[in-house]
Amino acid sequence: MNLTTVIQLYVFVLAGFVGYQVISRVPPLLHTPLMSAANALTGISLVGSLVAAGSNHGRLSTIMGFIAVICATVNVVGGFLITDRMLKMFKRDDRKAP
Amino acid sequence: MTESLPLRELLIQGTYLVSSVFFIVGLRGLSSPEKARAGMGYAALGMLLAIVGTLLHAEIVRFEWLFGGLLIGTIIGVVIGRPLFISVPMTAMPQWVALSHAAGAVAATLVGINEYMILRPEVAAGTMAALGFEVLLGALTVTGSVMAFGKLQEILPGRPVTWPLQNVLNLLLLAGAVALLVVLMVNPALSTAFWVMLAIAAGLGVLMVLPIGGADMPVVISLLNAYAGLSASAMGFALDNNLLIIVGALDGASGFLLSILMCKAMNRSFTNVLFGAFGAPAAAAAGTLADGREMRAITPDDAAVRLAYARLVVVVPGYGLAVAQAQHALRELTDLLEKRGVEVKYAIHPVAGRMPGHMNVLLAEANVPYDRLFDMEEVNGEFPRTDVALVIGANDVVNPAARTDPGSPIYGMPILDVDKAQSVMVLKRGKGAGFAGIENELFFDPKTFMLFGDAKASLTRLVTEVKSL
Repeated sequence: MNLTTVIQLYVFVLAGFVGYQVISRVPPLLHTPLMSAANALTGISLVGSLVAAGSNHGRLSTIMGFIAVICATVNVVGGFLITDRMLKMFKRDDRKAP
Repeated sequence: MTESLPLRELLIQGTYLVSSVFFIVGLRGLSSPEKARAGMGYAALGMLLAIVGTLLHAEIVRFEWLFGGLLIGTIIGVVIGRPLFISVPMTAMPQWVALSHAAGAVAATLVGINEYMILRPEVAAGTMAALGFEVLLGALTVTGSVMAFGKLQEILPGRPVTWPLQNVLNLLLLAGAVALLVVLMVNPALSTAFWVMLAIAAGLGVLMVLPIGGADMPVVISLLNAYAGLSASAMGFALDNNLLIIVGALDGASGFLLSILMCKAMNRSFTNVLFGAFGAPAAAAAGTLADGREMRAITPDDAAVRLAYARLVVVVPGYGLAVAQAQHALRELTDLLEKRGVEVKYAIHPVAGRMPGHMNVLLAEANVPYDRLFDMEEVNGEFPRTDVALVIGANDVVNPAARTDPGSPIYGMPILDVDKAQSVMVLKRGKGAGFAGIENELFFDPKTFMLFGDAKASLTRLVTEVKSL
């Protein structure tokens, strides 16, 4: 195991910890939007897909990258759109003055 | 590590760093409904930066496929995402999330396969391990998500499908896949091992989801989300990309945490949900208890009078409300009641519906202000002074057997104490048992009145009746 891998492990563990801390503050009210937001984030695999589609490693590689880019983009765009539509619906009661 | 990075690489890393911060700030926004939309804006910006940063990548030499893919993906994302959401709104959400996971995981898996085929026959053991986990978790997520979609969409049977030694077989398969990965780490040129491992992982996704009942699907979807996140993280290890590692870890944490929260809300352990094959059909005649008691039906006009002259009505929504798309009719009814001076509260059970917070979104869609929605702990004390508890399409979350009957499969699950209300009115499609297949004693209680029929039709009828009072 080289130094880069060790640093990567640090990043992984700390990011997981930050994720845990941040997510545990999300109220149950917003759990469905959270699920949908997390779903949008899964589309981060787009980063790897883009490299695969754009690099020169032969036809098969490009085609696989191309399909991967499409799938990941659907995941990202769909995920964010749906999350936003959901969040738009949450409104506080305006009729009742505090 | 001593020599300085070239400018291009610095630029990429800088963009990625800012992007990661945006993702974390974005998730942080979800801690309150006011900040949530802005938060997701930050997250989207983070994703945009991630794409921009990636386009600077030295390895990317041609852009036609890449932009073509982005364009087609965006079009599909918009076209499929939006109308689906408008025409079949809240009920189809869990399926959609599952399907979307499948898409993201297909990408992760393909990238992993591609990377392996490029690097083969010489892959460093560490990289091979990362690639292995990436395609293992990716393929498992793809097939698992498709299965979850099929179950929720009722293309496949929602009930658990079980056979002998199921868990043993699954564990053996998992062990086999991991063993193949170890073989690959030693001898990466052995591509047969790679393909067999991939096939096992895909098969495992199917086998793991088959025995899990439809009611537990939210836990599974959340878990698959975690797997997809970890797959992205593994991709980050394989490609030396910190952004992938970070976002994947965030995703993994959120998926695991959500599924644990859901299991807690059902008072079931993680392993019980995954290996318990919960929700096997219970044998009981519909509409009659073992001791011969029967449900008592009520007419809509009678029901309307009871509601209109109550002081406090607590609405308990369940999945049936979502199925019937009756949230707008419900809102109309409660508005009418409030105009007459009736106090109305909504009691939200954490696992009502098919997703965590499903009811919150459903009611938000009908413009019910979120400060009228109360969590189980907040509202349970209110039931003794509740005149009418209006249960709409909810069943297991109000089943007193969870408190009283140690033999019941849901024993120990925290429930809404609807049975403590002065009277209970249940809107229910028919006399059958709930989603989990368990008979509900509450429906046979002498103070419970049943209003049978489609929830939307019943609520619309109630609105007319209350208006005419």
